[in-house]
Amino acid sequence: MLNRTADSVARATPEPLARKVRGISDKGLAWLFISPTILLLLAINIFPLFWAIYLSFTNYRANRPNEMVKNVGLANYKRILGDQDIWIAMQTTAHFVFWTILLQTLIGFTLAWLIDRKFRGHAFWTTIILVPMMLSPAVVGNFWRFLYEPQIGLFAYAVSFVTGIPATQIGMLSNVSLAPWSIVIVDTWMWTPYVMLICLAGLRSIPEYIYEAAEVDRASNWRQFWSITLPMALPFIMLAVLFRGIENFKMFDMVNLLTGGGPGSTTEVASITLKRQAFESWRTGYSSAFAIILFVAVFGLANIYVKALNKVKQR
Amino acid sequence: MKSTLKLTLGLTSAMFASTAVSNVAQAEDLTLCWAAWDPANALVELSKDFSKETGIGMKFEFVPWTNYADRFLNELNSKGKLCDLIIGDSQWIGGSAENGHYVKLNDFFDKEKISMDDFVPATVVGYSEWPKNSPNYWALPAMGDVVGWTYRKDWFSKPELQKEFKEKYGWDLAAPTTFDQLKQIAEFFQKREIDGKTVYGASIYTERGSEGITMGAMDVLYSFGFKYENPDKPYEMDGFVNSEKSVKGLEFYKALYDCCTPPGASNSYMGEGVDAFKSGQVAMHMNFAFTWPGLQKDENVGGDKIGYFANPKGPDGDQFAQLGGQGISVVSYSDKQEAALKYIKWFANKDVQAKWWSLGGFSCLNAVVKDPGFAASQPYAQTFLDSMAIVKDFWAEPSYAPLLQASQKRFHDYVVAGQGSAKDALDGLVKDWTGVFQDDGKM
Repeated sequence: MLNRTADSVARATPEPLARKVRGISDKGLAWLFISPTILLLLAINIFPLFWAIYLSFTNYRANRPNEMVKNVGLANYKRILGDQDIWIAMQTTAHFVFWTILLQTLIGFTLAWLIDRKFRGHAFWTTIILVPMMLSPAVVGNFWRFLYEPQIGLFAYAVSFVTGIPATQIGMLSNVSLAPWSIVIVDTWMWTPYVMLICLAGLRSIPEYIYEAAEVDRASNWRQFWSITLPMALPFIMLAVLFRGIENFKMFDMVNLLTGGGPGSTTEVASITLKRQAFESWRTGYSSAFAIILFVAVFGLANIYVKALNKVKQR
Repeated sequence: MKSTLKLTLGLTSAMFASTAVSNVAQAEDLTLCWAAWDPANALVELSKDFSKETGIGMKFEFVPWTNYADRFLNELNSKGKLCDLIIGDSQWIGGSAENGHYVKLNDFFDKEKISMDDFVPATVVGYSEWPKNSPNYWALPAMGDVVGWTYRKDWFSKPELQKEFKEKYGWDLAAPTTFDQLKQIAEFFQKREIDGKTVYGASIYTERGSEGITMGAMDVLYSFGFKYENPDKPYEMDGFVNSEKSVKGLEFYKALYDCCTPPGASNSYMGEGVDAFKSGQVAMHMNFAFTWPGLQKDENVGGDKIGYFANPKGPDGDQFAQLGGQGISVVSYSDKQEAALKYIKWFANKDVQAKWWSLGGFSCLNAVVKDPGFAASQPYAQTFLDSMAIVKDFWAEPSYAPLLQASQKRFHDYVVAGQGSAKDALDGLVKDWTGVFQDDGKM
């Protein structure tokens, strides 16, 4: 049947084209098909990367097209690594990444575990839980900004109702201590479903007979959880942590919409600093160097993590 | 058959003719780039006269203030041809002149007999000249603007409040003339119940992302004695930017923020200020003058309920205000410079400028603003004139962007986040600004 279809397609190919194609090997044909994609990738991914690496060694400023571009060697890198503000931004990023991942993993796994119990209406609840993830970050950022409003925001009223503190005193976005947490809360609200989904896939991949064998051995639920569920779902949890870690390391939209890096610089994560240097201060060479440092950091950490993940999978 | 042929030929020629006409019109269409705000709508209305007179169509590219600088500076830096005319911010003038983004207008002004002496001097220095105070013109003053204040006249005139205020502070509740008075009034209104609603003292600029807190803090600092540099030694900032008087000014701004702004007003700029005033939240409101026509017309807070006052005096009697506004320039990458210059010539005309003012724009032409009837033409006209007479502007250097970013960070860290002292913030600012000028080879 397949041969017959192939034959009919071959017969339908116009003779001049058939003659041309006949001379190309399978490998050549494969290259022919993938070359547009490769060219596109080279143009929009690889070339800008190498261009950024080149710029990072110069004093180039995009807002001064007529100025001579000078090679400054490692000066940009030295300046970044010695800049206290950059280190503060990195600490803020680390704080944000740590807490969001911790909360999202704990809540996401718990939700996945509960959903996996397959209680009545679990499909409905799964859909409801997934809704935040489906929204645009711009929408989420804007409506949470309203929710956090001390005068009209529901969040402030809810907290006020529970704690008795007047709503006007609950400035989630204006208070230095609360602002970082306001972003952690929103990110957790939005992306926990994603972690839950991956964990759920992990939990559903555990064969039922293992639990049956554990039941036969009279293993308690707790014991089953620690000896079967968690170890077998661990590669999935680690994968979710990897995805969220990479995403949150470069988090920009939510922070920009909610606090713009403020109050002061308390929520200024690395990506906000990078944007300010690149597109507000127009220090293109400097910001390219910063981008390369961030890229190397994420790439390096992700590689170490993937190696650990592979080890866990091999166990 | 004959008639069918005639009809076909007629239709075909009409089609060709209309295509040709539309092509000519398209070739002559000018694109004007500006911020998306009320005056831009007035300019659209005004420009219809230009199209009628010259047959040149006008297209507009308006971008919200928050993205205005990013969008159009990117456009200019990439030598884009989107804008034939641009109304660029006053601080862009240095960079745009030095980087060749704007066409120098001196020869054109000479040829068309447009004299800069006919415009309000502060607007010529602020919007047109680079280097400052030199006769090198890169723009025609287009939209005069300055930071000033509005207040709730109806609240100020309530007898019970007047009585209570007088008893508490010993002077009549009225538009303040000094910053001390302004703070007393703001404190008086803070968290007060008026008409069954809790209201607050004042809305001031605290925005972090673009230029908000710098515009607000500078508006106060100038009158406290802040200076950008040593008048005798350019770029020497130590002892001027961080002088004792400047420190007092920044401390005052923080005190005003802490005592008298509405809850959550930690990232507030023009739009948020207007919202706070329009919704009846605040007794006083710091904002650029361009917001005044809209507020005057507002049903809830406009008309007789609103009053205006220029920036008050500082402790030593100095009185300055932050300049806003823009000039209109011809983009050097435009293919339609001739037509764009025609627009500038038309815009400089006295009658056009008078109509500009009547539509809600702020003319910078002396013939308009010094007209005997000007001060009474709008309730805010006198305050606008008073304010324009005391303006100062932020750096307009080619490196204005990093200079602005530094002040945004230092001011917000101190005023809103409460980190460090005013002295630390201003010392840090001197350090940052010195670094920028050293990078530029100016120090």
